[in-house]
Amino acid sequence: MANYNHPGAVSAGVTGAISVLTCTNVDESGGHQVTDQPTGVAGGAESQAQPETVQHRRPAGDPRVGAADGTPPGSGDLTDELLRSDQWTDEMVRAAGIPVTDVPFVSVGGGIGSFVTVDYLRIAGVATDRIAVLSNLDFPWQTYEYLTRVSQIPRPERIRSDSASRPDNIWGFPSYAIAEAIGDRTLAPLWQVLIEPIWADYYTPKAGRVFAGLEREAKRIDFAKMLVKGQVRMVRRRQGGGYFTILTPMAGSAQTKRLAYRSEFVHVAVGYPGLKYLPELQDFRTAQQDFHHVVSAYEEHEHIYEAAKTKHLVVMLRGGGIVASRVLQRLMDDRERLGLSTEIVHLFRTYITSSHGPNAWNRRKGAHGFAYQGFNYPKSVWGGQLKSEMRRLEGQQRAEKYKLMGGTNTPFRRRWQAQMKDGRQGGWYRTMAGAVGEMRLDHGMIVSCVKTATGMVEVPADFVIDCTGLEADIAEHRVLADLLAHSGASRNPIGRLDVERDFELRGAGSGSGVMYASGAATLGGYFPGVDTFLGLQVAAQEIVDDLARRGFCRRIGPLRSTRQWLRWARNKQP
Amino acid sequence: MLPTLGGRIQTRLVLLAVVGGLVTLIIGPILPISAPLSVVYRDTFVILAAVAVLGIGWECVYHFLMQWRWEKDWPTLFGLLTAIPEGALIWLLLRAGAIPGIKGTVPFTAFLMDFGLVWLAVWLVANGPMRVPFIRWRFHGGRLV
Repeated sequence: MANYNHPGAVSAGVTGAISVLTCTNVDESGGHQVTDQPTGVAGGAESQAQPETVQHRRPAGDPRVGAADGTPPGSGDLTDELLRSDQWTDEMVRAAGIPVTDVPFVSVGGGIGSFVTVDYLRIAGVATDRIAVLSNLDFPWQTYEYLTRVSQIPRPERIRSDSASRPDNIWGFPSYAIAEAIGDRTLAPLWQVLIEPIWADYYTPKAGRVFAGLEREAKRIDFAKMLVKGQVRMVRRRQGGGYFTILTPMAGSAQTKRLAYRSEFVHVAVGYPGLKYLPELQDFRTAQQDFHHVVSAYEEHEHIYEAAKTKHLVVMLRGGGIVASRVLQRLMDDRERLGLSTEIVHLFRTYITSSHGPNAWNRRKGAHGFAYQGFNYPKSVWGGQLKSEMRRLEGQQRAEKYKLMGGTNTPFRRRWQAQMKDGRQGGWYRTMAGAVGEMRLDHGMIVSCVKTATGMVEVPADFVIDCTGLEADIAEHRVLADLLAHSGASRNPIGRLDVERDFELRGAGSGSGVMYASGAATLGGYFPGVDTFLGLQVAAQEIVDDLARRGFCRRIGPLRSTRQWLRWARNKQP
Repeated sequence: MLPTLGGRIQTRLVLLAVVGGLVTLIIGPILPISAPLSVVYRDTFVILAAVAVLGIGWECVYHFLMQWRWEKDWPTLFGLLTAIPEGALIWLLLRAGAIPGIKGTVPFTAFLMDFGLVWLAVWLVANGPMRVPFIRWRFHGGRLV
């Protein structure tokens, strides 16, 4: 279970997502020279059945009609015919002049979701020349590291992840706690794991250790050999079976604007479609053109901590998840360490006062606004009772179970509790419950009009930090929107991509070809913890087992697993 | 651990049979029991079998208690501390002569060494090395089949 926050935290490249934050991420990810433009073809789910015909006739009112803006055949770019067709023939792609590369397995995304899946495949004996990872990221943890860093988890800090959730080690053994105990020559991590969570906080690894492990494993499995840099534009089914994945390569790296990858299997792990602001924050930013005083915790906002060092500030926090906790900790740490006078107003939309839940065996702890939980789901979703229960639920029942175990939450950490208690007693940390109606500028302060249970309250602050981490709809992501519109993919009970228990994308099969999806875009399926380190490994295991059943690779049995673990331990290639 | 009831029982039976059996074989000769080695092995393996059989009942109790935990997990230390009630019950049954197949008397020190080392070994394997050969085990609630 690994994640550092509400949106779980494990994100691939937010490739092609359309949001303010995404733009920031992409820039941070290395200033990609990709010149692709969104077409705006986001549509709902339809065409579940595999059509015989290549091209569908659309009714006049279909928003996709006329959306195609193709180029002439032979130009090496997407033609009208390709843009409009749900299924492509080899001839159509050839006529467009797009070079085709054959590779049996393509993973789209290139983040941690792609990485752990490819790691499993390599350990199952698949050679690097049978895998292509298409991504705009230079390395799998690039987006994750960016998001953790700006949301106040730099490398020396600890992420919200279990000791045995190791994306660089499919066995989870030795755990991060053992590795830290050996590396730092201390028994403290082992003792913490022994007595957690009753007598100590959950042990969680340092971000830096996680990244170092990923780097080692990426080298071990030759990840760079499988990586093809560029922006994935779409995945379409191929007539006769399999798929075409269209990549816009990095500027100057190819003769044509597009490259096509023809494969039997496709794995889509593109991370979060994008993050969005609370509507009133977005309205304020747009109206005032102020991107300085109202910020998201997921974008660079170091200037706030710097400003707090120079003068008295009032900072308003929005949200009750792990990111709010981390930002709060940073403000409180700076206050204590540097003797600052920063005041914090913490606004919760849903204010938790005590343990909550429908009955005695479904009760989560909570206090002072927060719901407390070690990780972003109850722990047993990753392998125990809840995982087993969820696997059997369908439709509304599943959606209700998600609702029961969902809700924003944060871990109970003793240090945070002590800091908040000091703040409450000192009067410089105040919590309140309510919804913000409007925001305005008044003498340089941002005034939030908060509707509380007792009436309207105006709260002035120098800065507002949005820690809610609202996620955009999956159709905001161009590749996912295209899958919904053209490849038979549909939505699950909570609106994300509908996948089978083995993470096959329902309705998107193509002859002998199979498309899989994992990560945040599949939340709402039979397995809840998809957007976490361990969740991605659960998905990878299901996918690789399914691929083994289909004859693509060997099933990892006890002997192979043990042999491969020994190779991992000696840092030898799989 | 994140066990299901079926996973708990399967894990217990397999680990006691394999790891427990191995430890019992190894420590048999050094246990302070004044009896031929064949009797020592007979008694210690009967105790091991008793831990396995009674353990099925214990696992049902633990599963019931786990329902009061929001996370539906079984913290690492619980897996170690449950040795106390289980060991105490086995010892009381031994003293009462209620475990069939025991020859002679098993001294308390010998029982403590036998039961403690077996339990410790099983607990250690369940909390790490088990995942090496069985990569699906932890995602399946401790089930092996």
